[in-house]
Amino acid sequence: MFTCKQASKLISQSLDRPLTWPEKIKLRLHLFICDPCTQFKRQLMMLRTALHRIRYGIEHDSTIKLPLDVKNRILHTIEPDQE
Amino acid sequence: MAENNLNDWLNAHGDYLYRFALARLRDPHLAEDAVQETMLAAIKNNSFEGDSSARTWLTGILKHKIIDLQRKQIREQPVSDVIDLDASEHSMDDFFDKSGHWLDKPQTLDMPDNALEQKQFLAVLDECLSRLPKKLKAIFMLRDVHELDNENICKELDITATNAWVMLYRARMGLRKCLELNWS
Repeated sequence: MFTCKQASKLISQSLDRPLTWPEKIKLRLHLFICDPCTQFKRQLMMLRTALHRIRYGIEHDSTIKLPLDVKNRILHTIEPDQE
Repeated sequence: MAENNLNDWLNAHGDYLYRFALARLRDPHLAEDAVQETMLAAIKNNSFEGDSSARTWLTGILKHKIIDLQRKQIREQPVSDVIDLDASEHSMDDFFDKSGHWLDKPQTLDMPDNALEQKQFLAVLDECLSRLPKKLKAIFMLRDVHELDNENICKELDITATNAWVMLYRARMGLRKCLELNWS
């Protein structure tokens, strides 16, 4: 008997490793008949996609700049070592 | 010469490197430290050959510094925080009944669409992350925020692949439950 508990583990692991063929088939059959596990899979996908978008958003937000005082601090911290 | 490089690098790539670090560490002070340490390492060990762009080279250094900072935060945690995998397996009883069925059916989580919603989502997520055992939080950050592959996570945290999968499963289970209760 392949339970929701086992299915949820495979759903999580499918984000971290390629599943074997028997695992894939078991999981696909289970998801076909199981709404809660399908919903769980959507939750994990949503979490991953949201994190990815947020990261991308910050990385490409040109209004975020290295503060000037930090830049000066870096120059001052590093320069004395060069003298 | 080195000073000129430093000034040039900061002008040309400082903002980019800072955003790169901020997107992963989410803490302005940690992100500043990461940029500073990157510049220090770049000046000290100037192995830049010019066959790749300076930005690519500096970003490579920064990635290591970010993971170092993340790892340092794990090390600073008390030993009692180290996750007991058996206990972790046991606590899955919170989510499933004895026959392996869901106790509470997973609900819909709405995708944060605009910048404001993303900000609110991050606040909830950070709160949820802070409720996880520290090591689970760390492994989740390394995998799903830094997008480090499993092999490197196992090396960084000195755990087996199986342990990593169990811990990531546990972290995601806790997070999505916390989000159900506090998001949307």
